[in-house]
Amino acid sequence: MNLRRDVFQAIADPTRRAILLLVASHAMTAGAIAANFDTARPTVSKHLQILTECELLEQEQQGREIYYHLNPNKMKEIADFLEPFRNLWDDRFNKLESIMKKYKTKK
Amino acid sequence: MERKTKLKAEEGRQDIVITREFDLPLELLFRAYSEAEIVEQWMTTKVLKLDNRAHGGWQFETKDPQGNVVFRANGTIHEFTPEKRITRTFEMENTGFPVQLEFLDFEALSDDTSKLTMQIVYRSAEDRNRMLKLPFAAGMNKAHDRLQEVVNALK
Repeated sequence: MNLRRDVFQAIADPTRRAILLLVASHAMTAGAIAANFDTARPTVSKHLQILTECELLEQEQQGREIYYHLNPNKMKEIADFLEPFRNLWDDRFNKLESIMKKYKTKK
Repeated sequence: MERKTKLKAEEGRQDIVITREFDLPLELLFRAYSEAEIVEQWMTTKVLKLDNRAHGGWQFETKDPQGNVVFRANGTIHEFTPEKRITRTFEMENTGFPVQLEFLDFEALSDDTSKLTMQIVYRSAEDRNRMLKLPFAAGMNKAHDRLQEVVNALK
């Protein structure tokens, strides 16, 4: 399967969101991350793979261990994606407001 | 006075909530939604139909300067309670996006100010995100700015 991972699909899963929260403060190994969940280790590995493929997590080799840490740029991209939609409505409402100021209430 | 538009889109949910406070009496805010010629001005679209009543409907269309239809949407009005609520559906034609359900609640904050709360419910959380990413992907704001330039040039 060679699907390009959708970052929004990735964060729709509660376990993956929990993983992102875990590594937000400091980089962790797969084993340390898996220790926080009741789910089987391969399941956690699959989640880590998905998060890495969509670049929310980055891998870093330290000696014999691989540490996972958050990619802040990618996280910012998610926060920013709502902004154009909000702007679109903000523009429309600003326009509505300025147009309606020319009208007088009937009451 | 600057009154910013707020957008709430919680992860894993299939709806969004847009809120905006207006420096307008409730009566004028509601008229901006009920009169076709006013809707045309602030939505920068042509209103083909606006039958504001329960079991009524609406249809908007936007053409580029060459006359090609770039946007057409329609829906059914489920509830129309003046100065209180409009419940309607919204569907963009020829896009493959599923129909969405919109609840618009209007309220007075004072004699001269009012608030609109717009809840949009999508078919799935995935559809919601696809829809939200549309202006992000298509640079809709830029297109909107260009349209504004065209309009200004005509004046």
